[in-house]
Amino acid sequence: MSNESEKGYLYFPGCSLKSTGRAYEESLLELFRLLDIPLQELDDWNCCGATSYMGIDEEAAFVLGARNLSIACQTPGRDLMAPCSACYMVLRKTQDYTSKYPQVRREVEAAMKRADLPMPGQVKIRHPLEILYHDVGAERLKNLKKRNWLGGTIACYYGCQAVRPYSDVDDAYNPVKMDELLRAMGVQTIDYCLKTKCCAGVLTGTVPPVGRRVNYILLKEAVRKGAQAVVTICPLCQINLDAYQKEISAESGERFDIPILYLPQVLGWMLGGRKKELAFHRCIAGRRYLNEWLRETKEEEAYV
Amino acid sequence: MSKPVEEIRIGVYVCHCGTNIAGMVDVKNVADFASRLPGVTVSREYKYMCSDPGQELIRQDIKEHRLNRIVVASCSPLLHEETFRAATAKGGLNPFFFHLVNIREHDSWVHENRQDATAKANALVHAAVERVRSHKALTKKQVPVNPAVLVVGGGIAGIHAALTLANAGKKVYLVEREPTIGGHMAKFDKTFPTLDCAACILTPKMSSVKSHKNITLWSYSEVSRIEGYVGNFEVTVRRQPRYVREDLCVGCMECIDACVFKEAKFPNEFDEGLGKRKPIYVPFPQATPKVAVIDPDRCLNVKTGKCKKSCVASCDRGAIDFTQKPEDRQIKVGAVVVATGFKAFDAKRSPQYGYGVYPNVYTSLEVERLVNASGPTSGEVVLRDGRHPKTVGIIHCVGSREEHTNRWCSRVCCMYSLKLAHLVKEHSGAEVFNFYIDMRTPGKSFEEFYQKLLKEGVHFVRGKVAEVNDWVLDPSEQGKLVIRVEDTLLGTVRRIPVDMVVLGVGLEPHADAQEVRRLFNISCGTEGFFLERHPKLAPVNTFTDGIFLAGCCQGPKDIPDTVAQAGAAAAEALALIDSGHVELEPNTAYIVEEECSGCKSCVPLCPYKAISYVEDKKKAVINEALCKGCGTCVGACPSSSIKQNLFEDEQVFSEIRGVLADV
Repeated sequence: MSNESEKGYLYFPGCSLKSTGRAYEESLLELFRLLDIPLQELDDWNCCGATSYMGIDEEAAFVLGARNLSIACQTPGRDLMAPCSACYMVLRKTQDYTSKYPQVRREVEAAMKRADLPMPGQVKIRHPLEILYHDVGAERLKNLKKRNWLGGTIACYYGCQAVRPYSDVDDAYNPVKMDELLRAMGVQTIDYCLKTKCCAGVLTGTVPPVGRRVNYILLKEAVRKGAQAVVTICPLCQINLDAYQKEISAESGERFDIPILYLPQVLGWMLGGRKKELAFHRCIAGRRYLNEWLRETKEEEAYV
Repeated sequence: MSKPVEEIRIGVYVCHCGTNIAGMVDVKNVADFASRLPGVTVSREYKYMCSDPGQELIRQDIKEHRLNRIVVASCSPLLHEETFRAATAKGGLNPFFFHLVNIREHDSWVHENRQDATAKANALVHAAVERVRSHKALTKKQVPVNPAVLVVGGGIAGIHAALTLANAGKKVYLVEREPTIGGHMAKFDKTFPTLDCAACILTPKMSSVKSHKNITLWSYSEVSRIEGYVGNFEVTVRRQPRYVREDLCVGCMECIDACVFKEAKFPNEFDEGLGKRKPIYVPFPQATPKVAVIDPDRCLNVKTGKCKKSCVASCDRGAIDFTQKPEDRQIKVGAVVVATGFKAFDAKRSPQYGYGVYPNVYTSLEVERLVNASGPTSGEVVLRDGRHPKTVGIIHCVGSREEHTNRWCSRVCCMYSLKLAHLVKEHSGAEVFNFYIDMRTPGKSFEEFYQKLLKEGVHFVRGKVAEVNDWVLDPSEQGKLVIRVEDTLLGTVRRIPVDMVVLGVGLEPHADAQEVRRLFNISCGTEGFFLERHPKLAPVNTFTDGIFLAGCCQGPKDIPDTVAQAGAAAAEALALIDSGHVELEPNTAYIVEEECSGCKSCVPLCPYKAISYVEDKKKAVINEALCKGCGTCVGACPSSSIKQNLFEDEQVFSEIRGVLADV
């Protein structure tokens, strides 16, 4: 276990983890509790600057991101974990652009001054995947394993923003860390060539036919390659894949009912976490499989 | 004996260089400024100082105005220092009473404000006027040239340069890193656009190299050290142990049959890993020299010492010798031709094309072996999974013209992709798609070849391929590789399922090009290819005299251009050697004997071993022929008794005084 994980992390939930992505927050907190790693939610955080801000008013987006970073810097010595890939990317971009471009820096400086906040320093922004892979490590997860995974083969879906344009989390086009962690835990994963392809982002809401088409492609290929569930690390990816399976089935004439899970849900379950705490009840698709796979009462049968 | 103090009479000439200088520098202002400086007798501006009338101006003025110092403010000394030194000499002055000021590369070309640029030109001219006063008459020394030539790299460039020089009667050392010469060309099946068999035209040249009485061929060897200077290089070549004696082996291959590894199981580099070889092998049947080589990373005996060494027993000539050690050979040559070639782009660096992920994605070099009659499949196009492809996609510009990898066009890929399209179609009957950004066919008969392919029914899709993957949307794509591409002529995104993908990988410098560059003291461009002295007028020279470039180490080029360039490099080397001697810049260091205390601190510092200590005089002595004028000893001498021609304290300090005078 690394120093960072002993110290624990500051934690920036962002809007999704408090709404459509509640299962992500709940399972993440439970997983870190099981790992005995303290998480401290960032005090008085605000919108990360993603959503429409970045496209419409970049300055506002950077100012929003910078305010969060400024608050984080007031608790020095700990890295800032941003589980939502959009938050992660925008906070990284804010840090990157304020140091690279004097114009952005001036705008942010002026805004921070008005809010009576110090300019943010270089707090390290981390994605949970990379924390689990590097700071915790597959070895420690394996040692803490309490249950086998009965859910069959998994497609690891990384989405775009966790790995691009900043590729510190994993390789930009062929990320493997989620697969490696799960395989180390004895879970089979497919070779999923669409793992960093677009989940349609907000298109499922704005141009629904296109959004559903994109998710149809993702689901179809996962199923074709033999996946029985998809595991994600981004709340937007998760909701897009999870929420429209009925419509997609109706439109395509192919039946999709496949659980879309968060990585902490699967890891948390294998570490002995409880179904409720890991928020499996918040899943929309594939519930009948979940009930079959996650047998809490007969835990002893599933023990390693 | 003191000479009468001569009156300093300086002539200053400011060149317009058309608008190159005059466009940014007010040359009239500079000439006026110079005319007011003490010691300046004549100050002029002129449109082209390097032209005949410009040079004549200098000569005339020396006569008419009794000038004894000349300053020209124009371009880089690399271009015209020699020109103006000659003009000065024509006027009857020692050429070293001249000094050149660079107000083009160092001034007009790099500034955007006319006033500032003019002020800078004035300061630089002022510096030169101050400096040139203390110049001394010097003479260039002549040194004989060693008539032997070293050619580094045994691809088609090195082979052609070596043969040209050897045919002219010169002694040539050809050094090749691999166990055989032949380079990339030896791997090709046919050559574009004539579809000549590559082996048929190359292997005779390879055997000529081997049998030529003037060529010493050292394969499996590398240049490890080079010292000296133009005309007189001292080179150390490290010969790697191949554990087979070249003087005894006749290439009968008995040892290969006898090897304890019954199956050939290691990837053969020559076949791009598609064919297999044993730890002891001959890379290919026409390898030159045709001498077996033992791979130290694979051979049981080399690795562990535990092997029954059946190879040794099988060789009735006793050629196998496990006691071989790396061996250093020292040679002396007058010129060097660097022809170290290129490296094919590593297709894994463009992960979107799936090389290394999908077995049926190939690089172009692999396909060269696949369609080659002497290749691992005897020319049959068989996929790694044993199937025969019905559809093949060839993707151009992989690792070329791309922000994320290499930005340059690799020049040969369009043409070799067309050639491979033709060959693959001919060998397999498959339907072939070419995906290109622009079709670049500017060579002789190239466009005609493209037209021929169009008529052969090869498909051409204009657009940069987004990715190669295996996800299936339509049942027809099941089991295929899908090429996703924006067809820019059709204006739509297409999915084209194929059985085989060929990546037209670009050319890039070798991974160790930087080390080679330092070894030979030559320069690289930003992309890492070795830099020619002038892109137009000195394309095979380098900034180091006596070192010439040939082939793809200087930049991507096809075989005809490579051979032409190798011939040019050989001709330049011949011109140097046949002149018989070289003139050396007299910028050497010398010891003022009466001031030398004999402390010897300079002796070990000299990187060129030019300084020795004379016991009976108790003084240090510098060998002028060895001194390269680096100045290390000058700075280090505790009693300041070492001085350097053209860089004497007085000259350097007055130059500094001059440049700062008007600040």
